[in-house]
Amino acid sequence: MSVIEPVTEASVAATPLPPQPETHNPVGTAAPQGAVEDTPLNLGGHEFISRFILGSGRYDLNLIRAAVEHAGTQIVTMALRRATTTENSVLDYIPEGITLLPNTSGARNAEEAVRIARLAREVCGTDFVKVEIEHETRYLLPDNAETIRATEMLAKEGFVVMPYMFPDPIDAKRLEDAGAAAVMPLGSLIGSNMGLRMRDFIRIIIDQATVPVIIDAGIGRPSQAAEAMEMGADAVMAYTAVASAGNIPLMAEAFRHAIAAGRAAYLAGLGKVTEGQAVPSSPTTGYLH
Amino acid sequence: MQVNGEHVTLEAPVSVADYLSAHRYRPELVAVELDGRIVPRDRRADTMLTDGSVMEIVQIVQGG
Repeated sequence: MSVIEPVTEASVAATPLPPQPETHNPVGTAAPQGAVEDTPLNLGGHEFISRFILGSGRYDLNLIRAAVEHAGTQIVTMALRRATTTENSVLDYIPEGITLLPNTSGARNAEEAVRIARLAREVCGTDFVKVEIEHETRYLLPDNAETIRATEMLAKEGFVVMPYMFPDPIDAKRLEDAGAAAVMPLGSLIGSNMGLRMRDFIRIIIDQATVPVIIDAGIGRPSQAAEAMEMGADAVMAYTAVASAGNIPLMAEAFRHAIAAGRAAYLAGLGKVTEGQAVPSSPTTGYLH
Repeated sequence: MQVNGEHVTLEAPVSVADYLSAHRYRPELVAVELDGRIVPRDRRADTMLTDGSVMEIVQIVQGG
């Protein structure tokens, strides 16, 4: 029978904790911001510390700045439409230094996506484009075949192409071959808050990818964003989950922490799952019977 | 001519730049496509609109 050593001041002093990072967390005791050793997110040679891309969707314009700041995001998506008035532009509400990521929503084929991308580049002065090609408004599913064509055309023109895609692992490789700077598989239907329903296929995409994998669409809760990051996703994009929350800036902050936590967990390396088998975490000797 | 899908009658010859300012667009916030080709910012002043032209004036809006 082995002896359990009593815990004494001396034994505690003999096993010091590893150095603890300094943290500044306004909410709770969530993942330390910036304390995790990590490489930046690299999109077409541009580097980002934040792994949270925020949609600028339909917020009250006055809430956008707060949402962006609380999200700690460095990339915000936009859309392109016919101009009616430019009196009150969303661009007036985006903080300095944020990278604009215009999408090609409204495009029904590759040619329309290329046209929108060129116009967006003219307005934004950025080469970033999120290719988004859809045919109908009920499910808003991306057309992978047209998206691959558009990606090839736009990459040749020097765009940093980030295609929104249905999570088909074979198409993800085709998009890489076409010159995509990242792939953006959907977690579930756009705007549905249904979560990471496509997880098994996204896992394969992550496993095979040589470009960043950004989970886009359907992520409804911070826990789902954290799960995506734990799986090894490089970033998460969200909009509806934040915009439909009771307190938008606070939810943006919750996502920021969840994404950082999920990333840290991925970098730390998750422990093994022993399905249906308990593993004791206390000594199995020295019982008092 | 057509502007953003609407018929527009031009009273006199006008450049893209003048059209934008006459209609109170902030020029730095829009892109202009004339007959299917983008008119770069530095060409707006010397690009004239003519009868039969098809122009699109677009801007960035909120979106996912």
